[in-house]
Amino acid sequence: MIKTYEFPEYPYIRSADQDAVAAVRRPVVIGGAGPIGMAMAIDLAMHNVPVVVLDDNNTVSFGSRAVCYAKRLIEIMDRLGVGERMMQKGVTWNVGKVFFEDEQVYSFNMLPEEHHRRPGFINLQQYYIEQYLVDRIQQLDEVDLRWKNKITALSQDDDCVRLTVETPDGPYELEAEYLIACDGANSDIRAMCGLSSSGQIFQDRFLIADVIMDPKCFPLERWFWFNPPFHDGQSTLLHRQPDNVWRIDFDLGWDADPEEEKKPENIIPRVKAFLGEDVEFELEWASVYTFCCRRMDDFRQGRVLFAGDSAHQVSPFGARGANSGVQDTDNLAWKLALVLEGKAPVSLLDSYTEERVYAADENIKNSTRSTDFITPKNEASRHFRDAVLNLAHKYSFARSLVNSGRLSVPSTYVDSSLNTPDAEDFAGRMAPGAPSTDGPVLRNGQDDYLLNCLGNDFKALLFVDPQNPPSESELVQLNALSQNEVPVYGYLVSPQPLDIELPNGVELLVDTLGVVAERFDAQPGTCYLMRPDQHVCGRMRRFDADRVIAMQRKATGY
Amino acid sequence: MAKLILDNNMAAPDDIYELLTELHRGLEPEQSADVNARLILLLANHIGDVEVLAEATRIAREHLPPAPELKREI
Repeated sequence: MIKTYEFPEYPYIRSADQDAVAAVRRPVVIGGAGPIGMAMAIDLAMHNVPVVVLDDNNTVSFGSRAVCYAKRLIEIMDRLGVGERMMQKGVTWNVGKVFFEDEQVYSFNMLPEEHHRRPGFINLQQYYIEQYLVDRIQQLDEVDLRWKNKITALSQDDDCVRLTVETPDGPYELEAEYLIACDGANSDIRAMCGLSSSGQIFQDRFLIADVIMDPKCFPLERWFWFNPPFHDGQSTLLHRQPDNVWRIDFDLGWDADPEEEKKPENIIPRVKAFLGEDVEFELEWASVYTFCCRRMDDFRQGRVLFAGDSAHQVSPFGARGANSGVQDTDNLAWKLALVLEGKAPVSLLDSYTEERVYAADENIKNSTRSTDFITPKNEASRHFRDAVLNLAHKYSFARSLVNSGRLSVPSTYVDSSLNTPDAEDFAGRMAPGAPSTDGPVLRNGQDDYLLNCLGNDFKALLFVDPQNPPSESELVQLNALSQNEVPVYGYLVSPQPLDIELPNGVELLVDTLGVVAERFDAQPGTCYLMRPDQHVCGRMRRFDADRVIAMQRKATGY
Repeated sequence: MAKLILDNNMAAPDDIYELLTELHRGLEPEQSADVNARLILLLANHIGDVEVLAEATRIAREHLPPAPELKREI
């Protein structure tokens, strides 16, 4: 049925592990080669951890599914090496229009903040991102991606996780020091562990219709209708994807029959009623879905870790599924790598649950709020919702209450046990636990962005005054951090080039516009320690190597 | 932090009460519910302070049974 995309078919290749006399033990096995499982694998490989990925299928996701990828996900994909491909293919929009019944209530322009490498989000079909991730994995020797390998049984003890894996050649046994479940909302691994995910089901059904149209028919805008006149459900959403594909999302109500609604003869009249009889389109893909908001109590059970939809599920409003799943892997990869190398206590893995449960709750809260606005659950909510939309016409305050999905933004792990609380006064958003902001810099005389310089390792940012550069002894101390068991690489951040020689473990970033210093509320002497996932560990007004080391120990679970 | 005022803060309480009842004169229940929703939204924006509003919402339904637990196994 899909016309704009040809699905790759990846070969099943027999692994030597299937012929081994005794079960082979691997450091990490990942269950599921969706976007989350593959991001997890690439991230671990970049930390030199060998990974086996098992997937019961042999191609990418069917249908466009996840569509909207937010800035933080693109930044993580930049670090993993597929961000640029996503940007080349993805489309973005800035103008959004909100309609209520037969009138436009208002329109808005999401002018993004200047001086960031990446926009607020892009739209892209899920199969493209999966394909790019598979291509990237093929460049990495550390990742062994096994198609048509299905985990059918598992058990764990203090020693390892023992898996039975079914293949076209029959079953084999495999052992893993750690198993990461990235096998989606109906996770088999979760069920095999006897665990559940609990929360709230929403009694509503939605129809997704992806249609191909001439781009002249519709501008590159997002249109959201509340109580649309052309459709008897409570909402309709239209936005664009690459390949001239538009996603239309119709609310159908709880009583709709999903099998009937999925039939083209029922979809096409709905789409025509919406687009108009004269607009030519082809139906690309359709699906009827329900959703729930739920999460597991703990994302770690011994040697099994859960990431993405297996651990937590949200409603689609606000695009927090794939976006938050990749933030899970961003959080887990460096921690698991340090634990496997024996450079951090196993208890560091508990901070994964701590931080990502916090994020999951934030995402569930936001997407539940959007859902409750879009499909009010009782008469009083409906009155409030309609009143907001009516008032929004004339009164700007009401526009801030219109909630057709809030853009997914990453969580600041405010109370994380890995943070070192501020000992001095700081303003702005770069508090301990915050994901790093971005800004343009010159690195080796080349235009670059701060986020390209952060990640994978711990990094220290020392803001300096070029008229009064750091002393020889400060440079020696900063450089010595790069020789730590878990290295900290130093950057001097200066508004102008410096005329001093730098040791090997220290680099210069020229903050040409002063944007970085401003966003970090930095003065000369201010120093930040950044985690391998680009979150802030802690900060100080005067560089002190002992404090940096103490912050890093805290951030590695000691 | 502002606190919800629970002693009289109205110079002309009868005028204010009359405003509220007059607002609904001649309206059907559905229209009244709509007007009340608009009024609450206007006042909520004017107050702006979430703590004050949270206290008001708590008191508004303190005489009724608490909301049922939402979370359940699925």
